[in-house]
Amino acid sequence: MILIVAEHAGGMLAKSTLEMVTAARDSGREGPITLLVLGQGVAAVAKEAAAVADQVLVADLPALAAYNAEVWAAATAQIAREGEATTVLIGGSRSGREYAPRVAVKLDAPYLEDAIKLTASGDALQAQRYTYLARVTETVEASGPVIVVSVKPGSFAPAAPAAQPGEEYDVELELPTPRVEVTGRSVEKTSRVALTEADVIVTGGRGVGGAENFATYVEGLADAIGAGVGATRAVVDAGWRPYAEQVGQTGKTVQPQAYIALGVSGAVQHLSGMGKSKNIIAINKDAEAPIFKVADYGIVGDVNQIVPALI
Amino acid sequence: MKILTLVRQVPDAEARIKIQGQAVDLDGTTVVIDGMDEYGVEEALRLREAGVSVEEIIALAVGPKRNEDALRTALAMGVDRAIHVETDEKYDAVALSRIVAQVALAEGAELVLVGGQEADWDSQALGAASAERLGWPQLTWTNELKIEGDTLTGRHDVDDGNESFSATLPVVVTTQQGLNEPRYPTLPNIMKAKKKELRKDGAGAYNVTPTVKIVGTEIQTRARRNTMIDGKDPQAAAQQLLELLRSEAKVIA
Ligand SMILES: Cc1cc2nc3c(=O)[nH]c(=O)nc-3n(C[C@H](O)[C@H](O)[C@H](O)COP(=O)(O)OP(=O)(O)OC[C@H]3O[C@@H](n4cnc5c(N)ncnc54)[C@H](O)[C@@H]3O)c2cc1C
Ligand SMILES: Nc1ncnc2c1ncn2[C@@H]1O[C@H](COP(=O)(O)O)[C@@H](O)[C@H]1O
Repeated sequence: MILIVAEHAGGMLAKSTLEMVTAARDSGREGPITLLVLGQGVAAVAKEAAAVADQVLVADLPALAAYNAEVWAAATAQIAREGEATTVLIGGSRSGREYAPRVAVKLDAPYLEDAIKLTASGDALQAQRYTYLARVTETVEASGPVIVVSVKPGSFAPAAPAAQPGEEYDVELELPTPRVEVTGRSVEKTSRVALTEADVIVTGGRGVGGAENFATYVEGLADAIGAGVGATRAVVDAGWRPYAEQVGQTGKTVQPQAYIALGVSGAVQHLSGMGKSKNIIAINKDAEAPIFKVADYGIVGDVNQIVPALI
Repeated sequence: MKILTLVRQVPDAEARIKIQGQAVDLDGTTVVIDGMDEYGVEEALRLREAGVSVEEIIALAVGPKRNEDALRTALAMGVDRAIHVETDEKYDAVALSRIVAQVALAEGAELVLVGGQEADWDSQALGAASAERLGWPQLTWTNELKIEGDTLTGRHDVDDGNESFSATLPVVVTTQQGLNEPRYPTLPNIMKAKKKELRKDGAGAYNVTPTVKIVGTEIQTRARRNTMIDGKDPQAAAQQLLELLRSEAKVIA
């Protein structure tokens, strides 16, 4: 079987799960597409999952109320073994990429990370991925009885429901006791669309000129057009915006339909997080700013003057 | 406690990347110690400076000759000694974790510091894979770390924000922006570092084979329109942009 560990949040199946289903369907790998739903109070998620899968395995347990790398790895590896999975797909989220390597080691399997394309080639599986700060696309190959893959969010179209919903089965798990105690949590709250799911993103850089200007111009424009808000590291380091909004190598990777960069120079580390956006629009007062090299549309001008004219 | 901290030498972010045949060719490219690894080295030094009883800090690099420079940088920053498993083989994280685990056990390390992600390969996998091999817990994307006795506390980034944590050594920790500001090696320390031990191991002793093969390498650049608009007249520029977004890019209705 092809085992996919469903990603879900707030009682709903995440878009990334539907994307993994497409990755599995198009991969040419054989076996029923099996979604594994781990969590507590996940009946509704399992039902959603059944719409796109051949079968759904559900573990609805108090011990799965909160994510833990070792617990998720143990659960996934156990189900992969019992179901003789040939392929295990895990979301390319921060948590997914944190426990996927553990699953690979447990299964003594190769691990292909952050795949943007998957193609079976005989017994082997080939994956494409971005390397060198997203400037290079590499094709990697692994073979063996089972291969673990993490799938980059936003790289596959979300799957449409299957002709017939899959069967749901409860599974029993042997889980380890978490060894990392979570003593506090701070959750990013935003009233706006999540950065990684936004169709349009407005990002502000140091050129915006300050926290107040950021609120006026970047948030102002974003709210006027229903976009998500991003920031460069320079802006985060300056304390104008929270780290949650940082786009780039050490922040989030996004690929919206339109990415609007205001007062952003376009450093390689920033480009690596947004360079795959469909359309890039840049406003910068320096005609030589590197951001213009990757821009579809660029305005050479002052953010403080152009943005008010846009809103 | 002994600390093992991993380092690599990677292309400078600004360096141009070129391809030769099926692989990225680093000949003539400026290479530097990975920024994520500097955080690890710095953190090990700071733990010691903060009074944690740190018997020894050992830096480890696996890879071709150029990684020696990353180890020299780590030594100059202040680690006690270095191990270079010299090989031209490209190991994937799952394979590499076998070497890391063997070294960690042989050296009796209780804390392994690993970069959050490589600047070049970005697999974000070595920390977790090594932790699994060692049978240890892991803390990834760590931006705050404290050790008291054998208790490790701190804060790290998770999917939707960050968490404070507590765990017991031994642990694998991966680094994240914000953990610290790495120091620059001073001239006297660079001189002192020359006398520190840098052990060379062959990869053969570790009996590891890669599990992932690179079969193609491409530099793909998306063609961009590069339509430039003069912003001297802000009103006109804004109108022109909106029109293009509507009629050409079709991103607004
Ligand atoms: C290991 C590492 C990881 C990193 N990770 C990230 C990351 O994840 N994300 C990230 O963003 N950066 C990252 N960086 C930092 C990156 O190298 C840049 O320093 C950063 O992106 C610059 O941010 P900026 O464009 O806001 O600022 P600057 O580079 O200072 O650019 C400001 C721009 O605004 C323009 N400007 C000024 N005033 C105006 C005005 N009135 N109107 C219009 N334009 C104006 C200027 O011409 C300039 O181009 C990382 C760096 C390292 C070393
Ligand atoms: N060949 C290597 N030698 C030493 N450390 C490495 C090597 N490869 C990866 N690492 C470490 O693992 C971190 C993350 O790498 P990765 O998980 O491959 O993205 C790097 O920042 C290094 O700290």
